[in-house]
Amino acid sequence: MISADLNVILPEIVLSLFAILALLGAVYTSKDKTGSLLVWLTAGLMVLLAIWIGMTGTGETRIAFNGLFIEDGFARFAKVTILLSAAAVLAMSEAYMKSRGLLRFEYPVLVALSVVGMMMMVSAGDLMSLYMGLELQSLALYVVASLRRDSLKSTEAGLKYFVLGALSSGMLLYGASLVYGYAGTTQFAGIMTVAQTGETSLGLLFGIVFLMSGLAFKVSAVPFHMWTPDVYEGSPTPVTAFFATAPKVAAMALFARVMHDAFGNAVAEWSQIIALLSVLSMFLGAIAAIGQTNIKRLMAYSSIAHMGYALIGLAAGTQLGVKAMLVYMAIYVTMNIGTFAFILSMEKDGQPVTDIAALNMYSKRAPGKALALLVLLFSLAGVPPMLGFFAKFGVWQAGVDAGLIWLVAASAVASAIGAYYYLRIVFLMYFGEEGDDRLDGGKSGLLTGFLIASAVIMVVGIANMFGVEGAAITAAATLVN
Amino acid sequence: MDHHLLSIITFMPSFAALILAVFLRGDDEAAARNAKWLALITTTVTFLISLFILFDFDPSNTGFQFVDEATWIMGLKYRMGVDGISILFVMLTTFMMPLVIAASWNVTTRVKEYMIAFLLLETLMLGVFMALDMVLFYLFFEAGLIPMFLIIGIWGGANRIYASFKFFLYTFLGSVLMLVAMVAMYADAGTTCIGGCEVSLLTHTFASETFSIAGITVVGGLQTMLFLAFFASFAVKMPMWPVHTWLPDAHVQAPTAGSVVLAAILLKMGGYGFLRFSLPMFPVGSDVLAPLVLWMSAIAIVYTSLVALVQEDMKKLIAYSSVAHMGFVTMGIFAFNQQGLDGAIFQMVSHGFISAALFLCVGVIYDRMHTREIDAYGGLVNRMPAYALVFMFFTMANVGLPGTSGFVGEFLTLMGIFQVNTWVAAVATTGVIFSAAYALWLYRRVVMGDLIKESLRTITDMTTRERWIFAPLIVMTLLLGVYPALVLDIIGPSVSALVASYDTALEAAGAAVQMASE
Repeated sequence: MISADLNVILPEIVLSLFAILALLGAVYTSKDKTGSLLVWLTAGLMVLLAIWIGMTGTGETRIAFNGLFIEDGFARFAKVTILLSAAAVLAMSEAYMKSRGLLRFEYPVLVALSVVGMMMMVSAGDLMSLYMGLELQSLALYVVASLRRDSLKSTEAGLKYFVLGALSSGMLLYGASLVYGYAGTTQFAGIMTVAQTGETSLGLLFGIVFLMSGLAFKVSAVPFHMWTPDVYEGSPTPVTAFFATAPKVAAMALFARVMHDAFGNAVAEWSQIIALLSVLSMFLGAIAAIGQTNIKRLMAYSSIAHMGYALIGLAAGTQLGVKAMLVYMAIYVTMNIGTFAFILSMEKDGQPVTDIAALNMYSKRAPGKALALLVLLFSLAGVPPMLGFFAKFGVWQAGVDAGLIWLVAASAVASAIGAYYYLRIVFLMYFGEEGDDRLDGGKSGLLTGFLIASAVIMVVGIANMFGVEGAAITAAATLVN
Repeated sequence: MDHHLLSIITFMPSFAALILAVFLRGDDEAAARNAKWLALITTTVTFLISLFILFDFDPSNTGFQFVDEATWIMGLKYRMGVDGISILFVMLTTFMMPLVIAASWNVTTRVKEYMIAFLLLETLMLGVFMALDMVLFYLFFEAGLIPMFLIIGIWGGANRIYASFKFFLYTFLGSVLMLVAMVAMYADAGTTCIGGCEVSLLTHTFASETFSIAGITVVGGLQTMLFLAFFASFAVKMPMWPVHTWLPDAHVQAPTAGSVVLAAILLKMGGYGFLRFSLPMFPVGSDVLAPLVLWMSAIAIVYTSLVALVQEDMKKLIAYSSVAHMGFVTMGIFAFNQQGLDGAIFQMVSHGFISAALFLCVGVIYDRMHTREIDAYGGLVNRMPAYALVFMFFTMANVGLPGTSGFVGEFLTLMGIFQVNTWVAAVATTGVIFSAAYALWLYRRVVMGDLIKESLRTITDMTTRERWIFAPLIVMTLLLGVYPALVLDIIGPSVSALVASYDTALEAAGAAVQMASE
């Protein structure tokens, strides 16, 4: 029944139609002058869609287009997180983009299209729809990375992202074709019956490894992380904020989707690989960030490390692990939105500043914002009692439960090393030397609002996590039985 | 009895901190005065409520009392409670905090933030002593680092950045190992509840079969490994030789009130941790490593006393003396008998009063002269008779003069250890002599003699506020010195239950080893 199928993907259709109409409308009217309006419209629509998806979730699993598309609790959780974080980033970026003449009408449209791609990814039930969603997302992202056309760094970021992204897509496709060759189907449900622990053929195993390499690139796990710092640094800051949030959730959810829906019977075969990716990411993220002086590069390494922690949940290969991963991603996204709201507000004489040294004695100039950032940084470092600690605690719980004690121990050590560079920023803000003002007090009330709200969530959230944990438990239960 | 007194006193200070943070505006003197008064009133009320708990407390019951329980996120439980051991630390904390706030009356920079930091610190310290869930304990234990890090870093002396970083990294590295051990414990026991639940860590027996890793034989097996991981954290916190080096720096750079909190309460977390986790949960591990701990304590006592002799900075001298006194505590704990443990807890409480008072004594003259150099003083008795008397009293208490609380603690721990290891007792006793040497010499150089330094001619004696801060400390030191039963009656039953369970656990493990060899 085609109408029933369409009904399932209605949110995606609405967003795609909106994107196309917005594109046409802007082209035939006043082009970039509509940029502001489009940003707000897109953000508003995303929030509405998030509410719609969140509210209409009946708890049942709906499969459309003969298994190409799956809409279940897991997909809904991921979609709500993606939509809300994308809307938040759009709202934060409007003023920044406008004041720098970057607010082209393509920006919100491309973001909307990439979000459609992400929604496809997390609902994929087939290697084909997986690839489609992934490419739609990636192509849109390559373009927004080089949104600042006259900047060498921005175009470099876009090109680097594109070339390496194409490489990873190639690997993923190669893996997918191997899996198809040995399983005889591209559908996850079909692969599931073939890929059994202990009975996987070598070819299928190769397929899994290539598939995982491609996915690891998207979540920027070591050793497929090389693009992250350069792309983060080169892209305009709002775009960086976007890269650090929604696509990461989508890629991580897709990773979980593929591993559990297609290879859920062969956990022992891939759990070790993810554990290795995880431990490498955590340590590289922690150590490489120490020498950074640019806050955007620092956040890139920070996100690499965070993906490492989230991967522990995946490596566990259990329902508890998926739940912990989802909670981790939700908390990670909230922290990053707050931190990037602060980075966006860092400017001097109207010029954006990304040098960490500029934060010298910031606590004197803006005590409230400095305190909020302090909370976020401690939360990112995983220092109790902030919510960031509970994110880590959740994946540790899952890791121990699955017998990965060595991985958990290693991640505890990595988090201690990683705490240093977050602490360094706190140190600059609070105990630096008295000196000239290197930053203007941020003027934007909206950015401050996002920063404070995110910091408050990090503290107040430890009471009950606003029900996110319960939703994650339901979501994980639909993915892993 | 079902009420939430423990949670109320724990979170009342942070509630006051929230009010300060949200509602108090402005940087003027009125705002600073309001912040100080609100902090003082809150801490005093907290102390008064904690007195209710003390009066309602039943010492003969060795289990946890006033338990407050609620379900929480991540399958964890929020569980608070006190037993005979922890209630004293709770009382020590609530007793000291009003004095600490009163001692900070002269702070002029960022008063609001200062008070917020101390109020939050009180919540976190109380939480450590009350938490009955391992993760909750870790949460409070770790979070306490943040306000202390800021207190040293913002309101500290000239070299505060170095000191605050050293403080943070030392303690953070120690706690990470503890966290790993906690994860392993959770994997083994399947619970994070410390005591009083259906399955709790205190009643769980961790494996103690000897095994070998990479060619190294680990006697006591898992228990020894877990013990070492917890030891890494508690030994740094305590602090024990040779990981004590962060303490003198932190003390010297911290503001007076920060030093007082550090010496009186934060250091006690290490000792409390040994009593709550190491001893009851890993008896075999404790037994295996006890000789090491005992000798480390003995070295700490003698070595740091000698180091204290050559110090030229008053705060550093007292800091080293603290390390030596903490050596008595670890020695008493690892004697594993009633006297030793009684003495160790008593010594911690008594050291809480005495070292706090000594740091306050330094603060009094530092406020006037802005130097801590011993050489900058001399002959203060001529201008400050009341100060000389107070300083004299606490110097004597620090030395362990009979009649003061310092004597009881030292005597009991030495008595406890003498039954177990005579040599350690003998070495530690020489430390008592050294402590008399450095303390009296300090006193002579600062207070006695003629007033020849030109700069000291106009120094004034203690103000009424300062006298009132010292009064409760003097009363407590004397009271516990002549009537130690006040403390010993409360801890007695809990300690003997601890010793008994320790002995049975060791016997059971010994029997198991025998069975295996047969």
